Amino acid sequence: MEKQIILNTRHFELTLNRLCYELIETHTDFSNTVLIGLQPRGINVVARLKTQLETILKKEILCGNLDITFYRDDFRRREKSIIPSTTNIDFVIENKNVVLVDDVLYTGRTIRSGLDALLAFGRPKKVELLTLIDRRFQRDLPIQADYIGKAIDTLQSERVSVEWKEIEGEDKIVLYTPENNG
Amino acid sequence: MDNLSVEHLTGIKDLTRQDIELIFKTADSFKEVINRPIKKVPSLRDITIANLFFENSTRTRLSFELAEKRLSADVINFSASSSSVKKGETLIDTVNNILAMKVDMVVMRHPNPGAAKFLSERIGAKVVNAGDGTHEHPTQALLDAFSIRERLGSVEGKKVVIIGDILHSRVALSNIYCLQKLGAEVMVCGPTTLIPKYIHELGVKVEHNLRAALEWCDVANMLRIQLERQEIKYFPSLREYSMQFGLNKEILDSLSKEIIVMHPGPINRGVEITSDVADSKQSVILQQVENGVAIRMAVIYLLASKIDRQ
Repeated sequence: MEKQIILNTRHFELTLNRLCYELIETHTDFSNTVLIGLQPRGINVVARLKTQLETILKKEILCGNLDITFYRDDFRRREKSIIPSTTNIDFVIENKNVVLVDDVLYTGRTIRSGLDALLAFGRPKKVELLTLIDRRFQRDLPIQADYIGKAIDTLQSERVSVEWKEIEGEDKIVLYTPENNG
Repeated sequence: MDNLSVEHLTGIKDLTRQDIELIFKTADSFKEVINRPIKKVPSLRDITIANLFFENSTRTRLSFELAEKRLSADVINFSASSSSVKKGETLIDTVNNILAMKVDMVVMRHPNPGAAKFLSERIGAKVVNAGDGTHEHPTQALLDAFSIRERLGSVEGKKVVIIGDILHSRVALSNIYCLQKLGAEVMVCGPTTLIPKYIHELGVKVEHNLRAALEWCDVANMLRIQLERQEIKYFPSLREYSMQFGLNKEILDSLSKEIIVMHPGPINRGVEITSDVADSKQSVILQQVENGVAIRMAVIYLLASKIDRQ
């Protein structure tokens, strides 16, 4: 497995910072905007954005976690059962601007499920998508992100891993390529 | 461990502790789902489930049906009182006719012990036992243990007494297996005639004094006297039973600690439990009903994930 760093710690921080300012550009004071992270890995992005946005704006940003397990389109098409994570949205999303947040945008199927899952909580005014990494040209569905940390070109056999200081010990994004990849 | 070790849910006896914990973890998520504004998920969109009830039931049938619908499965209902069973059709024939309509899962209640196991060995669809005679009622035991876990934090090390008609109760047997697998201590309490002779071999304590049993326990599960299954008289009168084994507020308040009161329903108010106890803060009877839907969603979801896709 070949390893290639896509974003190191320094760039990781700069990218998150830029995403915060892009969000502020559109949503100014976040008075009617909420961030919702997709389980399991999108919630890490939300946690970091929340801290930075709150430091910049000096106010509380409403954030939630959304689990999409029961809305997936690959139920019974994989070997194992899909075990759910927790959903935690303790505010009303009716008429709110919702920014869905995930770490990697790849086929777009997770986001499709996320949109379905989100509607079980009400009718948002607007839904946008933020992703740290966009594996562009790999989409199965017509879904694009509004805020992108970094867009990269990858092969299907490759794997992108977003690593966090809190979990893996270091902020970085790594691309893994199998050895025999021709 | 993220799959059940069994292909059907015929009884708690066949489950491992990991299976039960997996069902609970999944049920936690479904409990959150059924408290949302839109209480439905699309997971089982392409699954058809038949509910076959060869014996009367209100709560269990409604609970299963609701669980199936909230998972977006297609549901067909069948009850023996309005069917060809009365015309002499056998169980296998009835079920095979239903399966010919491409049904993926069967939820069955039947008066004969072992009916669910019998069926699961002979048909291709998944089978969920919704009560087979005096044998097992696995989803009831799961939801009872789930309710204890919710109220007390865990089941491990807790003391649970099951009071009443143990002899005719499928709820008692499933509860004993389930609670023991989760590490709880179990006691049964009732008149000698309604306690099965060799029940101590299952590792449960036996007590004939209600007060002593209540003083010992953290949770009391009150069972109904199943008059419809009793061909002979097991005790002189309901009034006498109620005097000796009925739970009333006076006994409950005089105990040295606060215990939780459960009942699988239907309640015979004034016989095994008085109204003021059934409606008290210590009673979790209505939470049991709510948890029943979440538990049944979890069981159906986990079994459905094992159905082969053609």
